[in-house]
Amino acid sequence: MKDNIVIIGGGVAGMEAARQLIALGHKPIIVEKSNSLGGHVASWYKLFPDMTPASEIIARLTKEISDANVFTGTKVLSMTKDKDTYSLTLDNGVTIAAKAVLLATGFHLFDASKKEEYGYGVYDKVITNRDLEALFRGEKDARIDNPKAVGFVHCVGSRDLKAGNSQCSKVCCMTAVKQAIEMKEKFPQAEIYCFYMDLRLFGKKYEDFYINAQRDFGVHFIRGRVSEVGETFDGRLQVKAEDTLAGKPLKVQVDTLVLMSGMVCNPTVSDLVRQARLDIDDDGFLKSRNNIFDILESNRPGVFYAGACTGTKTVPETLAEARAAALEIHNYLKDG
Amino acid sequence: MADFGFKLSKSSTLDLDKVDLKVYNLLCKTDPDIKTCMACGSCSATCTAAPFSGMSMRKVILALQRGQDVRPMLGKCMLCGKCTMVCPRAINTRHLILSICKCYD
Repeated sequence: MKDNIVIIGGGVAGMEAARQLIALGHKPIIVEKSNSLGGHVASWYKLFPDMTPASEIIARLTKEISDANVFTGTKVLSMTKDKDTYSLTLDNGVTIAAKAVLLATGFHLFDASKKEEYGYGVYDKVITNRDLEALFRGEKDARIDNPKAVGFVHCVGSRDLKAGNSQCSKVCCMTAVKQAIEMKEKFPQAEIYCFYMDLRLFGKKYEDFYINAQRDFGVHFIRGRVSEVGETFDGRLQVKAEDTLAGKPLKVQVDTLVLMSGMVCNPTVSDLVRQARLDIDDDGFLKSRNNIFDILESNRPGVFYAGACTGTKTVPETLAEARAAALEIHNYLKDG
Repeated sequence: MADFGFKLSKSSTLDLDKVDLKVYNLLCKTDPDIKTCMACGSCSATCTAAPFSGMSMRKVILALQRGQDVRPMLGKCMLCGKCTMVCPRAINTRHLILSICKCYD
């Protein structure tokens, strides 16, 4: 099989798709803009629901795609169509003619500094979910010094029309509960507060995390969206919300505040989208041909999608889509 | 009748078959974004009057949706508009309060 397949994005979606395409007899080419494979998952510590080390997943995928052609530290400059072939120009001077292109370009974490009232980038002790994973992975973080109280703010940049993202990012509730437990394990004397609007714990074993957080770790769940954060005289953070269940305004001081940044579509694909004339859905993510039956297909023949480029997804959902996309591409090339 | 020291208490049940939604339905026309409230409480959390008066825009909207009189609580609002700034569903709560007042004119 000589047809070139280009996978744009070397996160877990791109890697798993490559693994399956190799198993189907193809020799896919991965183009990854950063200097290493693994994407967002590589910066995570442990993954729900079984607290699998993220590094295990990345190591396994890396080993199994050793037959793929991988360009790291490389960007796709342009992607144009000529008859049934896509011509991709890379910033390392290479041009590839491909019969099929898989966009596995994923998501960007919402820039928490846009929610100015939460003080990310203003107050030292306000961090994001990603910053916290780095701490769990063992990186030093001077901002976190044996906290006595820790707050988690759900829905930062999600379900927020003013932040330009009205959608639920869906994985942050579960991530907050997971990180609340990990935080309590790391700092057992700390009080942990989760500020939520709705707890959307939809997935396999997620509810168990919620029960454990309540029963075994004493995490306090407060139903109210945080309205503002300020600094106290002694350098702690004052968090304000309404306790909507008690029907009263509430304030509490914490030493670390973790913002659960949501997911938005990776903005760096906008050039490709324009050049290849791909459609964007009204949630801001890439638009599938049909959101039930043809999730992996774009509006252009030969261009396929896998993972969070079409919307928020968990790691197992992304891997499943990547497998399915590999099969779709295989069938497309066989029929073509 | 003999007085046994018992009396019937008035039921506090919200009977949705009997509530009067006249005011709410009027507001749905003038301020349709009232329908998108998700009761997050941002408005009440940031309200300057709330800690001292019990004012809560979230409670006002819910009370309207349940056909209850909101006038006693509205009197506590100082129309500062902070609630409008924080609403994640972009409801113009300050305008809504003025519209509610018109409904009772």
